[in-house]
Amino acid sequence: MHGLTPEEVGIILLSLRVATVSVLFSLPLAIAVAYVLARGEFVGKTLLDALIHLPLVLPPVVVGFALLVLFGKRGPIGSVLDHWFGIVFAFRWTGAALASAIMGFPLMVRAIRLSIDAIDTRLETAASTLGASRTWIFASITVPLALPGIVTGVLLSFARGLGEFGATITFVSNIPGETETLPLAIYTFTQVPGADAQALRLSVIAVVLSVLALVASEWLAPRRARKVAHDRR
Amino acid sequence: MIDVDIEQHLGDFLLQVKFRANAPVVGVFGRSGAGKSSLVNAIAGVTTPRRGHVRVNGETLFDSARRINLSPPARRVGYVFQDSLLFPHLSVNANLKYGHRLRTKATHFIAPERVIDVLGLGALLQRRPDTLSGGERQRVAIGRALLAQPRILLLDEPLAALDVPRRTEILDYVERLHGEFGIPIIYVSHSVPEITRLADAVVVVSDGRCLAVGDVDEIMGRLDLKPYTGRYEAGAVIGTTVIAHDAGDQLTTLGFAGGELIVPRLDAGLGARVRARIRARDVSLAVQRPTGISILNVLAGRVTAISDESGSVVDIQVAVGDITLTARITQRSRAALDIHVHQAVFALVKAVSFDHRSTGYA
Repeated sequence: MHGLTPEEVGIILLSLRVATVSVLFSLPLAIAVAYVLARGEFVGKTLLDALIHLPLVLPPVVVGFALLVLFGKRGPIGSVLDHWFGIVFAFRWTGAALASAIMGFPLMVRAIRLSIDAIDTRLETAASTLGASRTWIFASITVPLALPGIVTGVLLSFARGLGEFGATITFVSNIPGETETLPLAIYTFTQVPGADAQALRLSVIAVVLSVLALVASEWLAPRRARKVAHDRR
Repeated sequence: MIDVDIEQHLGDFLLQVKFRANAPVVGVFGRSGAGKSSLVNAIAGVTTPRRGHVRVNGETLFDSARRINLSPPARRVGYVFQDSLLFPHLSVNANLKYGHRLRTKATHFIAPERVIDVLGLGALLQRRPDTLSGGERQRVAIGRALLAQPRILLLDEPLAALDVPRRTEILDYVERLHGEFGIPIIYVSHSVPEITRLADAVVVVSDGRCLAVGDVDEIMGRLDLKPYTGRYEAGAVIGTTVIAHDAGDQLTTLGFAGGELIVPRLDAGLGARVRARIRARDVSLAVQRPTGISILNVLAGRVTAISDESGSVVDIQVAVGDITLTARITQRSRAALDIHVHQAVFALVKAVSFDHRSTGYA
């Protein structure tokens, strides 16, 4: 295999951008939701839990269709965002990022929540007797101790974003240079007679990216997790 | 001055504790499950009692009637937990400074350098909590609590998770805390030796209630509290002063109002206040002054009380000068010697029955 063509580079960069943006924007919300689910006791907790896990069990096409209905140019949310903030998701790369974020959200929340569940809450009690406010305890104790889960969650969601297909193609279609991410490009080539070679090249790239993400998570997460598990003894 | 009067339901358990104590170190004593930790949690503000009040040095931390309930950060109660609870992701130095940097400069009265010096933490500062021994962790935890500039230090069974040699090490440090930093201390423990060594006043807690409050000598000598202060550990605690050292025989003479005690040499200067604990099982009685025996301490006294126990042993309180000793002897000996209240007796205490754990600085 020789050098990548400009089109291939464009597809890879778009895919990375979509996945990165989706992770960056969903991370704060995922930490907040994971914290609320781990620590909160409130009516509707089960419902919130189920709602967040929905993208994991629904066919991605359904999620994509729901996004199209809600965030489309004339959808109830999409029209408001467009009118007041000039934010448009439909048929834009931002829409692909939104679809990735939603599909990766349950994975991220689960990983972070498990980490928060594993924290000894008495450490937070100790911090409060030392004079720390709740916000400061969250920032200085809870989040650092949940870091292994946060790293895992970020990588899982990132990998999920790189591979997102169903919801993306349904919501923002397959527009080269705008919404045509790696999986969508591979799909396109498989639909063209005689383009198997290009499909294969992109597939190899997808494999490489996925392996890199996995290696990164293996390298980061368990080391941190081991460290924290060890510290807690 | 510590003034606690709280009532709190914890599941089926009712905690109803009321006491006032005005002493540098207040020991809270009780078996496990007696409600000691619940009491401490209520003082620290970790839990909220249903009614009552908590006052420390005149400051009200909690008062249900006046609707005052300071949050844990605002209470400034230095809470040292059984298992240290150091922050695993922070270095020893960052752990120590955690509370320090959260307090305003105006409240600073304990300096980091002093704490590091007194607790011997200098070599540990860059270490991670997981690389510390149990004793080192507990020292760091005490330092961390002190540096949060507390108005009172609360030590909840700080030795429970440690092995015996470490316990002595930490006790030596804890013993110095009040003198060094001048803050009142509440020391919670189920161990009679720890309480008698450290505490000036004792609160005896059992089944969620406060059974007795008083000076450590008085409480530990009371026969009616024996079921709580323990059979094995029953004994008396007396305040003494070092009056002589015998370098040749390696002995120290301790004086108290009404007598003297000879003990193995102590590492304390003349005139130093030393608290000696005399276990009831180490005290024998004689009705005449014995001669030709090896026992160095022969104290003339008078029987003040006899426990009405139906078993094979009986505890007898003997007043010697201003102090009261407890002697544990068999019923048979008591009958043979016909020991009764008001009788003049001699209490015999072997010097070697004093060990490192039964004497400490007052």
